[in-house]
Amino acid sequence: MEYKPIRKVVSGNYAAAYAVKDARVQVVAAYPITPQTSIIEKIAEFLANGEVENLQYVPVESEHSAMAATIGASATGARAFTATSAQGLALMHEMLHWAAGARLPIVMVDVNRAMAPPWSVWDDQTDSLAQRDTGWMQFYAENNQEVYDGVLMAFKIAETVNVPAMVVESAFILSHTYDVVEMIPQELVDEFLPPRKPLYTLTNFDNPISVGALATPADYYEFRYKLAKAHEKAKKVIKEVGKEFGEMFGRDYSQMIELYRTDDADFVFMGMGSLMGTVKQAVDILREEGYKVGAAKVRWFRPFPKEELYELAKNVQGIAVLDRNFSFGQEGILFTEAKGALYNTGAKPLMKNYIVGLGGRDFTVNDVRKIADNMKAVIEKGEIDVEVDWYHLKR
Amino acid sequence: MEIPETIKKKLTLPADEHFYAGHTACQGCGASLGLRYVLKAYGRKTIVTIPACCSTIIAGAWPYSTLDANLFHTAFETTGAVMGGIEAALKAMGYKVKGEDGIMVVGWAGDGGTADIGLQALSGFLERGHDAVYIMYDNEAYMNTGIQRSGSTPYGAWTTNTPGGKRHFLEKRHKKKVIDIVIAHEIPYAATASVAYPEDFIRKLKTAQKTPGPSFIQLFSPCPTGWRSPTDKSIEIARLAVQTAYFPLFEYKDGKYKINMPNPKKEPKPIEEFLKYQGRFKYMTKEDIEILQAWVNHEWEKLKKLAEVFG
Repeated sequence: MEYKPIRKVVSGNYAAAYAVKDARVQVVAAYPITPQTSIIEKIAEFLANGEVENLQYVPVESEHSAMAATIGASATGARAFTATSAQGLALMHEMLHWAAGARLPIVMVDVNRAMAPPWSVWDDQTDSLAQRDTGWMQFYAENNQEVYDGVLMAFKIAETVNVPAMVVESAFILSHTYDVVEMIPQELVDEFLPPRKPLYTLTNFDNPISVGALATPADYYEFRYKLAKAHEKAKKVIKEVGKEFGEMFGRDYSQMIELYRTDDADFVFMGMGSLMGTVKQAVDILREEGYKVGAAKVRWFRPFPKEELYELAKNVQGIAVLDRNFSFGQEGILFTEAKGALYNTGAKPLMKNYIVGLGGRDFTVNDVRKIADNMKAVIEKGEIDVEVDWYHLKR
Repeated sequence: MEIPETIKKKLTLPADEHFYAGHTACQGCGASLGLRYVLKAYGRKTIVTIPACCSTIIAGAWPYSTLDANLFHTAFETTGAVMGGIEAALKAMGYKVKGEDGIMVVGWAGDGGTADIGLQALSGFLERGHDAVYIMYDNEAYMNTGIQRSGSTPYGAWTTNTPGGKRHFLEKRHKKKVIDIVIAHEIPYAATASVAYPEDFIRKLKTAQKTPGPSFIQLFSPCPTGWRSPTDKSIEIARLAVQTAYFPLFEYKDGKYKINMPNPKKEPKPIEEFLKYQGRFKYMTKEDIEILQAWVNHEWEKLKKLAEVFG
């Protein structure tokens, strides 16, 4: 069948909901939280209108239970989905470990929202990055198209390696902003993403299994090792699935770090999610103004694309890491990860951390220009002025 | 061992066995007996959700299992939610759930995982109307962590965080009436049961199986380790709990209450009978026993009234 995209003008949240429908998800258990709500509302609407078949929608009483019910569904053998944001994700935290430890290929959309207090409903990546060590894969979407594509790919990757995956989009900047999204006809989605074939289910009554049983010190260690190896394997699977997606639908995701005009760049801006759209636009403008700059968008934060980072880092003089998040007592989280990944490689570009956009603070092309000027000066001088720059601070 | 048909016909409990030797329960454990009855009643076509509790351990460590059924071990507070997810998945995948030939989705949680940390998920499970059976095995404290009080611990009981001294004990609150909270959700079927009355328990499990929607059974399960009682007295203690009306047997079905005491015409025995073999009650004074007796009398009268009005 020839691929003719179905173009729809949708919000990031609706893009997620359409992807859930097209992925033929069987169980959605969810709890409403701003700004995630329109995802689950749209799914409920599909159900009410008879646009989805064989979908069970479980309106649970908390996010903790949302993840628990999704886990129960996935262990039973169903393709299961949930969505959340910020405080809700934090409440789920315990169960995120459970999903990954039980090796269940759940996909969840997290709408990045800043953590309270003070209350904020706006964009910030600290909520999802705080889940770094739960064993989940994390994909950061730049735009609504990547939300849709990300959910479809996440199911395929998760079900191949038996590791859950989180697709992350920005609060309001994507979740509630409308854009053209190219959707894939159902027949082709089915071809790309066939029904789930679980290794184990709770429905084999001839050979019953125990999931999540006690493991003594004689065995627990090996369970962790196997999960670690699954993440290593996921890097390969992510690239293959990303390439296949590109061949089928014209949007290539074979790079875990998307490189934009980095070939001859003196320095690059590195970051994740929607802010990288702004950065790419700024790179075009700055290039015209004579700056030799590029952008490196980290699509997959877990597993972390160490090898791709090294390939980039050995060819540039500097990396400006833009973190829309912060780890208190240290620095931006991507900055720590990127520096750490390069330590033993021999690639030692100058690296500086810019904390940007926390709690929904605007981040514009002009901000990128100011950072470019600062970074240029740093490189010319050959030393970092201040390692962690709270760039927006009102002084 | 194969049981001859002639003997099978005389048995008052199903002969099927899905709970094997080699389990790691303590001697005289009421809970392990209860779980054995559950699997006798429902057989292998069962998916059991077990949260953090004694039964996590009783089933045995990976890669062994003493239970011949599909088990999902989960976090302490999630029994109701996980059961909901399992039931939804089975329906989405086209399986028949509950009923005589359907898959039984069973929650098997202790009193702490039900009355305390799991209460929210239990409530969600009940009000959403999942076709599944939630069984709370009630041993009246957190036994797996070493005998700490739960909301289901009775007045006067010693536990390690409500210790007794020469002059007083710390547990001054009466047992939380989880069954009343459950009934407030107006689910189709709820019942109390006791390991001392297995025929009654299995009949209730079968009723739960046949009744569409969520069912709840609160099973009284003695714990000799935590109750400081002789390991060979568990059944006797469980029987005395019923005979003293401390833990009366009853059912709530379609809005109606039905008391099913073994000797309906007999007046309940005094509460001392229930307390006598249990070291956990040794700090109680005469006044304390009177306070507990007054609570038992009050709750028993209330139940009789409910059965009279809504019988």
